[in-house]
Amino acid sequence: MMLEVQDLYVSIDKREVLRGVNLTVEEGEVVAIMGHNASGKTTLALTLAGFPQYSVTKGRIIFRGEDITYKAIHERAKAGLAIAFQSPPAIRGIKLRDMIALAGGINPWTSKSDAGFVETILRKVNMEPSLYMDRELNVGFSGGERKRSELAQIFAMRPKLIILDEIDSGVDIDSLRVLGGSLREYLEANRCSAIVITHHRHILQYLKPNKVHIMSNGRIVLSGTYEELIPKIESLGYEALIKGATASG
Amino acid sequence: MDEGWREKFKLKAMEALDKKAPFGNDVDLSRFTGKAVSRDAIPDEAPSKALEVGVELSEKKGGTYFQLDHSVILSQLASRIKGLELMPIDDALSKYDWLRQYYWKALSVEQDKYTATAELNRTKGYFIRALANEKITQPVQACLYIDSEGLLQAPHNIIIAEEGSEINIVTGCTVGSRAKRAAHLGITEFYVKKNAKVIFTMIHSWGEETYVRPRTGAIVEEGGVFISNYVLIKPVRDIQSYPTAYLLGRGAKAKFNSIIYASKDSIIDLGNRIILMEEGSSGESVFKVVATGTSKVYNRGQIIGQSRDTKGHLECRGMILCPTASVIAIPELIAEHSDTELSHEAAIGKLQEEQLHYIMSRGIPPDEAISILVKGFLDPGLPGLPENLQAEIRRRLFIIDRGLAKGSSFKGE
Repeated sequence: MMLEVQDLYVSIDKREVLRGVNLTVEEGEVVAIMGHNASGKTTLALTLAGFPQYSVTKGRIIFRGEDITYKAIHERAKAGLAIAFQSPPAIRGIKLRDMIALAGGINPWTSKSDAGFVETILRKVNMEPSLYMDRELNVGFSGGERKRSELAQIFAMRPKLIILDEIDSGVDIDSLRVLGGSLREYLEANRCSAIVITHHRHILQYLKPNKVHIMSNGRIVLSGTYEELIPKIESLGYEALIKGATASG
Repeated sequence: MDEGWREKFKLKAMEALDKKAPFGNDVDLSRFTGKAVSRDAIPDEAPSKALEVGVELSEKKGGTYFQLDHSVILSQLASRIKGLELMPIDDALSKYDWLRQYYWKALSVEQDKYTATAELNRTKGYFIRALANEKITQPVQACLYIDSEGLLQAPHNIIIAEEGSEINIVTGCTVGSRAKRAAHLGITEFYVKKNAKVIFTMIHSWGEETYVRPRTGAIVEEGGVFISNYVLIKPVRDIQSYPTAYLLGRGAKAKFNSIIYASKDSIIDLGNRIILMEEGSSGESVFKVVATGTSKVYNRGQIIGQSRDTKGHLECRGMILCPTASVIAIPELIAEHSDTELSHEAAIGKLQEEQLHYIMSRGIPPDEAISILVKGFLDPGLPGLPENLQAEIRRRLFIIDRGLAKGSSFKGE
C-alpha cells in the first residue's frame, strides 16, 4: 500500500474542513479526486503534504507503512511524497535551476556543477534549458510554465507518490498534452502513484486513473471508475450526481 | 617628504577631535592604539581571510593592494595593467604634487572626530588612478587587513578615474583572528571625471568587537558614473557610514547598492546621500537587509534635487527573521528645484511562510529553506562584479549562520 488515509478530520483556524476522509492508493495507482469548489480537495492535498496550517484533529495518514500524520513537510517529501501546487509562489533571487538542483538533493551554491542534471530534467517537461535555467523561480512565468516548473522539480525529487493539485488549471491544450505525457511516462517508468485533483476530465485522459473519487463538504461521497463516473459528471454536474448518490445511498 | 602642506588639515583636525558624528553611537577612540604589532610575514590565515572579502592574494593577480595593519605588503604589478596606477598614497603624494589638490576635497577633514582622528593618525591607504580614456576591465583589488589587537587603522584612499576612463575596484576589509577588538576609520575620496565610470565594490567582514567608521565622498563630473556596491555579511560590533556623492556635472549618475546580513548584536547604521547638483543628473540607492539575532539596522538615505531634469530614487527592502531584531528605514527626499523627480519605497517584513513551506515541500529542512530564501532575498546581482565573486557571495550568503532557523520566529513544521 502506498497511502492510506483513515477517517481524517482537518481544521483550519478551528473551522472543520475535512470530515472523515478515507482513501487508499496502491503502488503505481492513479487516483483522481474531483468535486466542486470548496469541497475540500486542496485541503486534502495540503494536509497530505504536511502544511502546518491544516491541523489534523482526528484520523491518520499512513505513507508506505509509516504514520506520517504529524511529520513535517520536508520529512514527507524526503520519504517520497511530492506535491505540485496549484499556484506556486514566485521567488526572486532563486533560479529555476537552483530549485531543480535542490529538489534533486544537490546544493547549487556549494556543489560544483548541476547543469547536466538540470538540463535533463527540463527537457523532460519540454522546457528549453537555455531559455529557462537562469529564470527566477516562477517570476513572469505563464500558467503553463509554472506547471511545467512544478513537474520539473517533482521529477528531480524522484518521488513515490505525486499529488497534483489542479495541474491542469490555467494550462492550454498543448501544454496539457506535454504535462500529461511526461507525467504518464514518469509514473509508468517508476511505478509511481499519483493523486490527481482536478475539475476536468482532460488531464485524466492522459493519466488514466484507476479510481475516481468525488468530494463534497469535506468527505468522499462517491467513488467509481473513470468510465462510470466521468460521463455522469459531464451530463449531470457534481451537484445532481452527489444528490442522487446520497439519496440512493 | 615635505609634509608642510598637510599642516592646515592637521590644525583643522585638532579642532574637530571632539566633534561627534550626527549619526551612530559615539565611539571612544582612546580605547584603541595606533601601534601595530610588528610582523615579519603575512599571517597564514590572511590569504583565505582576504578571499572571503573578494581579494585574491595571488602572485598572478595584477593590480592588488594589500595593507596589513599599517604596512603595505603588496602593491604589485600595476604596471602590467595598461592605464592603471596603483600605489600607497604616500608614494603617490610624493610623486605627484598635484595630488594634494585632491586630498580632503571630496569630504571635509573636520566633518567629525573620525575624519579628524584619521588625519592625525593616518596609516597609509591606497591611490588608484585610471588614466584618461583607459578602460580597465580586470578588477583592481585592495585589501585592508587588521591583525593587531586593539588597533586603530586609519587609511586614506584616493581614487581618480580620469576623463573617459573606466575602472572596476574590489575592496575587502577584514580582521585576522588575533584582532578581537579593533577600530577602522577608512577615508576614501572618489573623483570621477568627465564621462568616466567607476564601479566600486566593498566587502566588509569584521569581528564582533570591531568598530567601523568609514568616511567617503565622491565627486562625479559631467557624464560620469559612480556605482558603489557594499556587502556586509558577518557580525560587527558597530558600524556607521554615510557616504555622499556630489553629482556636479550634467548627466552624472550615482548608484549605491547595499546588501546587509545583520546578525547577533551588530549595530549597523548605513546610508548614503546623493546630491543632484547639475541638470540631468540622477541617483539611486537600493538597500537590502536581512536582520536576525538582536541586531539593529538603520538605513538612512537622502537625495537632494538641486537642478532641473534630475531624478532620484531610494529603496529599502528589509526582512526580519527574529522578533528581537530591528530595521529602521529613514528616507529623506529634498527637492530644491521644481523640475526634480524624487521617490522612495520601503518595505520591511517577515519571511513569507508560503515561500518557506514551498521550499520545504521539495525535501529541504526548515533551517536550510530559510537560508535559501535569505540568499534569494539578498541575491547580489551587483553590476560590474565578476561572476566568480558573485558566486562566492552567493555561496557565503547561503552558508551564513546555519542555525538561524532556531532563532527565528518561524515554525518550520
